[in-house]
Amino acid sequence: MSQTRATTDFAAEARAAGVRARRFGALYSAEHHVRVWRRYLGVNVASAIGTPVMYLFAFGVGLGVLVNANAGPGGVDGVSYLVFIAPALIATAAVTIASDEFTYPVMQGFKWNPIYVGMHAAPISARQVVDGVIIFVAVRIFATTLVYFLVMAAFGAVPLATGLLTVPIATLTGIAFGAPLFAYAAAQREDRGQFAVVQRVLVLPLTLFSGTLFPLEQLPVFLRPIGWISPLWHGAELGRVTSYAAERPVWMIAVHLVFLLALAIGGWRLTVRVTRKRLDA
Amino acid sequence: MTVIAASELVKRYGDFAAVDGISFEVAPGESFGLLGPNGAGKSTTMRMVGAVSTRTSGSLTVLGLDPDDYGPEIRSRLGVVPQQDNLDNELRVRENLLTYGRYFGLPRRLVAERADELLQFAQLADRAGAKVDELSGGMKRRLTIARALINDPRILLLDEPTTGLDPQARHILWDRLFRLKEQGTTLLLTTHYMDEAEQLCDRLVVVDHGRIMAEGSPASLIRSYSTREVLEVRFGSDRNADAAAALAGLGDRLEVLPDRVLVYADDGEAALAEVVARGLQPLTSLVRRSSLEDVFLRLTGRSLIE
Ligand SMILES: Nc1ncnc2c1ncn2[C@@H]1O[C@H](COP(=O)(O)OP(=O)(O)OP(=O)(O)O)[C@@H](O)[C@H]1O
Ligand SMILES: [Mg+2]
Repeated sequence: MSQTRATTDFAAEARAAGVRARRFGALYSAEHHVRVWRRYLGVNVASAIGTPVMYLFAFGVGLGVLVNANAGPGGVDGVSYLVFIAPALIATAAVTIASDEFTYPVMQGFKWNPIYVGMHAAPISARQVVDGVIIFVAVRIFATTLVYFLVMAAFGAVPLATGLLTVPIATLTGIAFGAPLFAYAAAQREDRGQFAVVQRVLVLPLTLFSGTLFPLEQLPVFLRPIGWISPLWHGAELGRVTSYAAERPVWMIAVHLVFLLALAIGGWRLTVRVTRKRLDA
Repeated sequence: MTVIAASELVKRYGDFAAVDGISFEVAPGESFGLLGPNGAGKSTTMRMVGAVSTRTSGSLTVLGLDPDDYGPEIRSRLGVVPQQDNLDNELRVRENLLTYGRYFGLPRRLVAERADELLQFAQLADRAGAKVDELSGGMKRRLTIARALINDPRILLLDEPTTGLDPQARHILWDRLFRLKEQGTTLLLTTHYMDEAEQLCDRLVVVDHGRIMAEGSPASLIRSYSTREVLEVRFGSDRNADAAAALAGLGDRLEVLPDRVLVYADDGEAALAEVVARGLQPLTSLVRRSSLEDVFLRLTGRSLIE
């Protein structure tokens, strides 16, 4: 009798000890990433403020003067060039962060500095390892694009009240772009320079042909599909709708949202599957 | 009463069975060892017990729970020292303990307290703020062991815990592990050091090719698989084999190693006298008591001459 009791005691103790990790494991793992990130906070804040300022001068003052003069009184999409590109720049920042975070650091977490393996040996599940990364990246994108937004608002590139929505939209855009990339990165066992290729053949064209710096309609028809499949285009368009109330059909707004959500959720679920398999060695 | 019960445990990678039907039970507070040559399946077994590797077949319970269903619960009460360190090199020494403790959902203050205690325990207190990269291999190992204790585990899984430690650090670690054992912590460990196994293990299994070759306490294994004494004789590396031929029939059995011949006999001195009587002149000779080393050699060894 004492036998069974002692055995159940261990089990009961383990069940009790596991409750918090089952519930909050994703946050605990995100906390780890935030702690690492904090080490570079100074650099991050500086670049979060410096980059949009740089863009404002280059596009708002430099290129903007030229574009506005050519576009005439109607401006681009009914607004000044700077106002037109501001939501897209915020979304682009999100995609840039996502393309940084969901490539090399993932390879590191599995292999070179295998903190994912360490978490998984503790009570964090494979799914929570993935969730933790996504939560952290979402936080990082949110914080950075918030700074972007504030800087741009200070220069009148985005209206303060309605423009604030560009921040959550940018965050969704970053995750929609990043989650499928995360799945890809999690499946890579060796570094054969794939991520540099991703930067060149995926990120760069997307930032150029996603209707960010000019309306997608300016492109020849055969290039427009790049924008259609690009989360950046959908995110930038959504940002414009909220920022300066760009006129878009309601169904189009719904398409943007659904597309971004589908990519984010699909990529996330795929990553969980890949990670679960990989960590179960 | 058991905290770990494995029965016909199998792990296959494709067609290859890394663990091929292992059964053992570990009682609370017991110290249980897995011994075996490289590739025997020790680490794979440890990972299955650690609830991070799904078994292919067989049954397994850890703390009375099935790892397939209760992985996080089991892992909440385990301390794991993997064969390969997986510390976060981007964080500092103490931060590694803090983040790890948080995985268990332990309150920050408690984790901070324990982190400081464990840094003392691992003799790393003066390195608390150092980067992990800057630690020596042995220091990293100690930090990994300290980290495994952050949740005050019921079971400690130690996969070659002292590999890379200097002799002094090893003895200190053995002492610490003894104390944990006294407090009731169950230890499951693998090692390639037979002295470590003799020191630490109440009971052990010798594993080879994913199967258990023998099981028992160190003393009982020595009794069953070896003689009381061993005579070691060296004739020079190219003459050991010839000499062994001349020694045939001596003692219970002979073991010819590249650098020496081992004669297993209950009376080593008598065996040595017989060697000399047969007209052989060893360069050096040594009579010693049998150890786990001899058991290991017998069970997994290469040139076994009966
Ligand atoms: N993830 C894996 N995929 C394929 N084969 C594996 C995997 N992990 C282990 N193996 C194989 O299983 C066998 C047992 O490996 P394991 O690491 O358990 O050995 P070990 O007893 O710990 O050896 P060592 O003393 O060298 O640490 C080896 O042949 C190894 O190559
Ligand atoms: Mg091993």
